Amino acid sequence: MNAPVQMRRPKETGVPDNKKYLHPLMAKNYGQWKYHDRPRPGVLRHVAKSGDQIWSIRAGTQRQMDVGTIRKLCDIADKYAEGHVRFTIRSNIEFMVSKASMVDPLIAELERHGFPVGGTGNSISMISHTQGWLHCDIPGTDASGVVKALMDDLIVEFKREEMPNRVHLSTSCCEINCGGQADIAIIIQHTKPPVINHDLVANVCERPTVVARCPVAAIRPAMVNGKPSLEIDESKCMCCGACYPPCPPMQINDPEYSKLAIWVGGKNSNARGKPTFMKMVASGLPNNPPRWPEVNEAVKNILHVYKEDARPWERMADWIERIGWPRFFEKTGLPFTKYLIDDWRGSRASLNASTHIRF
Amino acid sequence: MAKKMHDTPNLDQLEDGPWPSFVTGLKELAKNKDYVVDLLGQLETSYRTKKGYWKGGTVGVFGYGGGIIPRFTELKDEKGQPVYKDCAEFHTLRVMPPAGMHYDTGTLRKFCDIWEKHGSGLIAFHGQSGDIMFQGATTENVQKAFDDINEMGFDLGGAGPAVRTSMSCVGAARCEQSCYDEAKAHRTVLNTFLDDIHRPSLPYKFKFKFSGCPNDCMNSIQRSDMAVIGTWRDNIRTDEELAKKWFAKHSMDQLVNDIVARCPTKTFQLKQIKDVKSGPSISSVAISDTHAIEIENRDCVRCMHCINVMTGALAPGEDKGATVLVGGKRTLKIGDLMGTVVVPFMKLDTDEDMAKLVDLGQRIIDFFAENALEHERTGEMIERIGLVNFLEALEIEVDVNMVSTPRTNPYVRTDGWDEEVAKINAKKLAAA
Repeated sequence: MNAPVQMRRPKETGVPDNKKYLHPLMAKNYGQWKYHDRPRPGVLRHVAKSGDQIWSIRAGTQRQMDVGTIRKLCDIADKYAEGHVRFTIRSNIEFMVSKASMVDPLIAELERHGFPVGGTGNSISMISHTQGWLHCDIPGTDASGVVKALMDDLIVEFKREEMPNRVHLSTSCCEINCGGQADIAIIIQHTKPPVINHDLVANVCERPTVVARCPVAAIRPAMVNGKPSLEIDESKCMCCGACYPPCPPMQINDPEYSKLAIWVGGKNSNARGKPTFMKMVASGLPNNPPRWPEVNEAVKNILHVYKEDARPWERMADWIERIGWPRFFEKTGLPFTKYLIDDWRGSRASLNASTHIRF
Repeated sequence: MAKKMHDTPNLDQLEDGPWPSFVTGLKELAKNKDYVVDLLGQLETSYRTKKGYWKGGTVGVFGYGGGIIPRFTELKDEKGQPVYKDCAEFHTLRVMPPAGMHYDTGTLRKFCDIWEKHGSGLIAFHGQSGDIMFQGATTENVQKAFDDINEMGFDLGGAGPAVRTSMSCVGAARCEQSCYDEAKAHRTVLNTFLDDIHRPSLPYKFKFKFSGCPNDCMNSIQRSDMAVIGTWRDNIRTDEELAKKWFAKHSMDQLVNDIVARCPTKTFQLKQIKDVKSGPSISSVAISDTHAIEIENRDCVRCMHCINVMTGALAPGEDKGATVLVGGKRTLKIGDLMGTVVVPFMKLDTDEDMAKLVDLGQRIIDFFAENALEHERTGEMIERIGLVNFLEALEIEVDVNMVSTPRTNPYVRTDGWDEEVAKINAKKLAAA
């Protein structure tokens, strides 16, 4: 008999200490920074109380990176940025340098290798996104491809700081919305109830769990063709797809009927007004790979109107609060349909309980 | 050399244009890996049919119950065999990043070497929960890759009904707005819950996020069950030299329209220097020989707008700490929920302060584990039972900062009113 294979036990080390990964000037001036400014788009200059200065150069990446790309970024960091980098929450990479004279050569090197420099201040930053067809088990669309197609068109605004305020975008391949709240979000919106493969439900799905997941109690156990399965009250179903992850035989994704919706005005910062959730302003856009032209046009239209009309420092939500929703729909040319009037719990708070009407 | 590439007419169109292309990166990897040749084949199929072809399963590493996202192909031929057999298994390792996502190139290069050897060579910096995502390994190679990554001092993150990987902003490492040591709080809190990260056994996921100021760069209020957001109690600090420098570069119109008019509580005023008030809660600074800014800090809600616009001229105060908000999440199942205030202010300067933060997280998670329904998030649980029940269970006193307004309906039984008033008065007396 063979000896049992000795398995390696994990070292349960948790979150590593970041001190050894910090750029030396950041470690030295930790907690002792005084202010910052932006000498040009894509560059931050931070000044410490000690008088030390550090320049951070921010560049866009494709987030899903091959090792060749990562090594290229490392070569650039070793040559110009003292071997240290960090990533932002929006998958931008930042190179820190301790000499002003290194800024321009670093930017030139990044641009030469195809990494756009920008994403700072009042620009359109990289799109926060998800996995999509590349890796997710429940995606209605792709993520990296949508982002690539849109950023190809928005790269000019990534490299400038000419928007009224910063613009955060996100995309999500299902209504779970892993991409998150944003000034403009693109999210799958299913329009038909799931199609159930009754042969598989009994073996694959824990039926009480699936019943419990439905926000509108539209799913109930049923015998179909002599097998235990589930059925849907289609008059109740609002096609959210919550049943699909716990029960893959309840296929919610549909090449034609899974559409894309656009949401605007999400803001997590407390600056000026309190944080806001985004609101749905358009739906029914086709899921049209590889470059999703209809979605791109819709997003660019909203961004264009916002850029033209908003005052300095108005985020998307601030701008709409000033001009009002009727003017938002008028200016963007988007149709206001009955589907945009909320009827979920708490929805009366979103109705106009006043005579405040702009004529 | 890898096998011949499949035709990818759809994906090829994502190599055009100026933004860095993940398709070009995948094709580079495919030159040496049959694995990625077939990944491109399956992805191209998705682009053609508009369907996803991955399903989950059970793959893990020895000793842990989570942290791996298993993916098996469902794209099969008539005989039930994978159409793209070389990428029939495409699992992801979620690995926790250092706080603030700082790296040296030596570490990144080691990641690349490990993932080139054991995986697809595709790494995402970072996933939406903050993980480094090592995307694409066979079942057999998951353990090998993990062993090498773990030996470097990195550990798996959360998946499933577990405490999840966390994120913190750049914070004290480079930002003047930082109101506490975000990295220390992030690491101290998360490393307390390693068992709950690695062995999923909660009702559902639980996320912590750490932002150093109310700009909340980590989007913690909307995306975490427990958000720790930096703030301060004393007066906004001022710097006359930088204030005058700012004004010289801008204009009176900009000062009035972009800052005075945008102050949410209208506490930020522009005055002639001779009219500026002084007092224990007033910040003021000259911007020119004739004019000054005056801020009554008791009316300031610490929104950050004026500080963001006039960085350096204005700065957060020195009595810093954090506000803790609980219950944020996105739609499913009951609708979007923001985190709401549970602790209006706590200091986070000392190890004892950090221990209090850990203790708060521990008690919230314990209560969540005991009381949440299966697949119910913390915010949904609080919505179901009411905030007061939650607070009483955690022995947290009510505070008017927890509400936007007092209640607007009379549907409450108030026969304990006198007792509550007596308790509040007794406390006031004891504190006096």
